[in-house]
Amino acid sequence: MIPGKITILIVDDDMDYLFQTKMKLEQMGFSTITADSQREAELILERTRPDLAIVDLMMENEDSGFILIYKIKKKYPDVPVIILTAVAAETGITFDIQDENNRKWIKADLFLDKGIRSDVLKSEIERLLQKN
Amino acid sequence: MSTLKILVIDDEPGIRSGVSRILRNFRVDYPFMEEAFDFAVFEAPTGEAGIEIIENNRPDILLLDNKLPGIQGIEVLEYVRKKQYNIIVVMITSYASLELAVKATSDGASDFIPKPFTPQELRSSIENITKKIFLKKMTATLKDTGKHIQFQFLSVLSHELKAPLNAIEGYLKMAKEHQLGEKIEDYNAIFDRSLDRIHGMRTLILDLLDLTKVESGKAQRNIINTDLIQAIRAAIDAIQPYSIQRDIRINLHGPDQLIMKADTNEMDIIFNNLISNAIKYNKEGGSVDISIGEEEGMIRISVVDTGIGMTETEMGKLFQDFVRIRNEKTKNITGSGLGLSIVKKLAENYGGTIEVTSIPDQGSTFIVSLPNEKSCL
Repeated sequence: MIPGKITILIVDDDMDYLFQTKMKLEQMGFSTITADSQREAELILERTRPDLAIVDLMMENEDSGFILIYKIKKKYPDVPVIILTAVAAETGITFDIQDENNRKWIKADLFLDKGIRSDVLKSEIERLLQKN
Repeated sequence: MSTLKILVIDDEPGIRSGVSRILRNFRVDYPFMEEAFDFAVFEAPTGEAGIEIIENNRPDILLLDNKLPGIQGIEVLEYVRKKQYNIIVVMITSYASLELAVKATSDGASDFIPKPFTPQELRSSIENITKKIFLKKMTATLKDTGKHIQFQFLSVLSHELKAPLNAIEGYLKMAKEHQLGEKIEDYNAIFDRSLDRIHGMRTLILDLLDLTKVESGKAQRNIINTDLIQAIRAAIDAIQPYSIQRDIRINLHGPDQLIMKADTNEMDIIFNNLISNAIKYNKEGGSVDISIGEEEGMIRISVVDTGIGMTETEMGKLFQDFVRIRNEKTKNITGSGLGLSIVKKLAENYGGTIEVTSIPDQGSTFIVSLPNEKSCL
């Protein structure tokens, strides 16, 4: 971790998305750690506390994203977690995450669509960081 | 336009008229929904009056205050639950206690809106509930026609296609903004990644075409005397550049000829998928042994590789649409996730089966068994 810089953990199994998000966040002035699976993220979390985490919902198993978020919040309850999903509202049925009620039981602080604009993402991150 | 009936049970007239006013001209629709919804609001000042309206009008949604003059809101909720009416209940409460929330939720309340609520908050909640109702309806209809699987399939498919498009778009934007500097060579890596993702999409689309042909049952099937040995040899030739690149030997054991009444294209699909998997998931310098034989009217083709293998859990997921095994070892292996599901469907179309056994780090064996209807001359 670089002293003085906010460190964001990005977890996504799409390596291109991971690379692009890392670049975007670094351009915004954040420091980043990346993980391409729930497993890798858990290893990182054992030795590091990020200031914020951005997690993709669909990874190696259907519930990887959920389990990871649960574990992050258990270990570091004050670390804000953003869930990013590409399976946005249009598709409806498939994944339980689309059900508003299920969203309540998931510990994320914010749900965002993967297509979100950089400036909006930045302001959402800053808003969450300020809360703490 | 469909109209949903909303009943609001609250002893405060201001709340009741507020709800009517807020929802009177409210419409919910969103892009892929073919229906739009508006609302008819019914009002009741007490639980008792509310129950009467429930009996006579069967509302779709119930906005329920807990604190009522006669029977309490929670009792109305229990009533609805006991009668098993298909009503979505939203508790509007001026004080929310955890105990109440837990009780109400276990009795079937879907949502809570604490009073005072803004028009936007009410509309938001109603909108979500409407979508839920719509989806429930859709699911029921689709299940009846047996198409729910298709719908789910399309959802996953759209995700599988969106991901590479987003990746490629992201890279193009990076290039456009010169984010990696002014030298074009410095962009080679992201151009290569974009091309890789495009290749992936193409594979996915081709596999999808195979799958739809198989699924539809309307495919132009040309059942003729097909020499399976020739088909296997063609599949081996097709994969040769890749097998050479990975230094993998392919051995074929079987008779010089084996005729089966089959569609040649379908046999090609089966062999191409099994053999390309055997190479993809293999270790450098490994081997693939293909054996084919016929015994008592059953043709058995086995494809044995010396590859990374799979665990029991991984094997369990294997033949489903879009499933690819993802772990440390498969990180750099690409694929649509449709190959094996297509092979399985094809085998089953012939009245056959596909089985797999595997040992992690040692390799996997796939066996396809097909009954042979003897060729007629």
